[in-house]
Amino acid sequence: MITLGMDLGTQKIKVIILKDNVVASRGEAFSGFDPTKAAEQAVDDALKQAGIKISDIAYVVATGSNMDMAPYAKSTVSMMGADAKAGCYLFPKARTIIDIGAEEARAVKCDERCSMTDFVVNERCAAGAGAFIESMARALEVKLEDMGPLSLKAERASPINASCVIFGESDVVSLIHRQESKPEIARAVFDAMADRVSSMVHRLGVNPEVVLVGGVARDVGFVASLNRKLGVNVLIPDYPDFSGALGAALTASSRAKEPQK
Amino acid sequence: MKEPSTVENAVEFWRWQEYQRIMPGKSWKSKDLITAGVDVGSVGSKAAIMVNGEAYSWGIIRTGSNSPESATKALDYALKGTGLKISDLKYIVGTGYGRVNVPMANKAITEIACHAKGANYIWGPSVRTVLDVGGQDIKAIRIDETGRVVSFLMNDKCAAGTGRGMEVFADLLKIPIEDIGGISLKVDQEPPPVSCTCVAFAKTEAMGLLRKGWSKEKVLAAYTRAMAVRMANLINRVGLEKELVITGGQSKNIGIVSRIEVVLGVKCLPMPNWRDNGLDPMVAGALGAALFGKALYEKAQKS
Amino acid sequence: MLMITHYGYTDGSGEYYITIDTDKCNGCGKCVKQCPQSALQLETMFIDLEDKTAASITEEHRKKIKYTCSSCKPESNQSPCVLACELKAIKCTWKSQ
Repeated sequence: MITLGMDLGTQKIKVIILKDNVVASRGEAFSGFDPTKAAEQAVDDALKQAGIKISDIAYVVATGSNMDMAPYAKSTVSMMGADAKAGCYLFPKARTIIDIGAEEARAVKCDERCSMTDFVVNERCAAGAGAFIESMARALEVKLEDMGPLSLKAERASPINASCVIFGESDVVSLIHRQESKPEIARAVFDAMADRVSSMVHRLGVNPEVVLVGGVARDVGFVASLNRKLGVNVLIPDYPDFSGALGAALTASSRAKEPQK
Repeated sequence: MKEPSTVENAVEFWRWQEYQRIMPGKSWKSKDLITAGVDVGSVGSKAAIMVNGEAYSWGIIRTGSNSPESATKALDYALKGTGLKISDLKYIVGTGYGRVNVPMANKAITEIACHAKGANYIWGPSVRTVLDVGGQDIKAIRIDETGRVVSFLMNDKCAAGTGRGMEVFADLLKIPIEDIGGISLKVDQEPPPVSCTCVAFAKTEAMGLLRKGWSKEKVLAAYTRAMAVRMANLINRVGLEKELVITGGQSKNIGIVSRIEVVLGVKCLPMPNWRDNGLDPMVAGALGAALFGKALYEKAQKS
Repeated sequence: MLMITHYGYTDGSGEYYITIDTDKCNGCGKCVKQCPQSALQLETMFIDLEDKTAASITEEHRKKIKYTCSSCKPESNQSPCVLACELKAIKCTWKSQ
């Protein structure tokens, strides 16, 4: 059975095609001003890669903040639900999944059937999500992908105002004027994020086998800070930003098997 | 295109002139109870001299990188041309943000208490609610008829509504910050507020609205409305009681002030005309501190 | 006489405040002991021309109170600090958007 999952994030659309619950292909596109069109593009790419047509797909599920704009989708699933499904599909013993996106950060607890049992969300505040790291990188005049390696050079973290992206930016500028080192500021950024995320996880209860997904999972600096804060090494899949699409595709597989109402 | 840095491009509208004033028609004698308050803020340092509990002189300077130095400079400035020396001051109270060091102070008192006392002095006993919106924080204070603090909160976690937050929007819309209030009122109908108070997200939302064809005025109105609602919520948390005054940089933003008045259904008390020898709300903290100095001195004399 | 301090903040994601009535508070320190995050302290404050000792949130935690308190389920207003106070001087008000 072939299913398709789509994650319509505010920045990027991600698509995964599963053949009998194994990943057959991936597609992605920038959301831009027309997420629906971008999603069609991403789906096309994934279909081509898998060598199939849209009519071969048994069921399509969409997730993500723009999930209601998804083309082809038969139903939607919450981002938390998708996280739970993807996390424990990738790591069967996982019971805690952390998903840090650009605009929202989530921690999800799930049971052995990959169903979500509890969750904590940070939303509507840029300091609580990936936007914080992006803004600080801009203020430091460092490329986003260089922040991680830069932070690993530091032994300590500078004291920065981590409570707000706007205040943080001006803080960073004055710290630079005072000749504070960039690695130490970068490390402070990741430590602050890790601090917040670890409180979210503690609220759910730290169950070992913690999975980290979302674009920020690719950042070595953040991962180092988070591991330090949590006291465990988080597990990261190969394509961490595709977990939403994967979870949606897995949801599609279970829903396709349900009797039609 | 690289996004302009808000810090680089910010025009400091909240920029005020350093100045010193000796109240006309006031004088001192050596028998008088002369006290001083020194308020070292993150942006400005102010010192006020009171003679028998009446404002006599004050000075406002920019806070430098060294707080104790700024405190000394501010006090010297307030004393300039008065004929007074520091040794003539019977009691000095220091105040300001954080654990500020005012080296010559007999006592340090929190800025909230001093600001409240000062507001009571400037506007009189009818003031019960003070909203102080600075460059980087917002304070909401409920006071009684003597200027005693009844309830307060201080919000420096989130830039929304602070001077810094407004600068970001002024920057985005390329509007000179001193015009931001007036321009936000140039709409025929008040649009719905932006959906998120977070400045970073509101900025993204604003860019989307501009693309949809909204005018700058409409976008600014939507944002200002959201900020006013936020500030009204903070006031409601400490409890709104008339009369209300708004102090700090945002008191100059008629877009914010008028919308707060609409949301809360009250009119604020007007600003005193400090340019024409009225009292300056900027020195409310220093005035309050000097008044506490008088009370503490008198209390010590009694015992 | 009333004297209430609201520690915490309101941001885009909601409102999170630990409210302490410094008039009711007698400085016993029970809430300080109960807090698993060491977010509470006894502080000397100048109130009504006198120095008074009362509970407050430490500087370190004021701007991240949402995270500090999250594991104590503050929305219930039954967190350890609230339950520890016999005088009902401390309260949690939590609201997520």
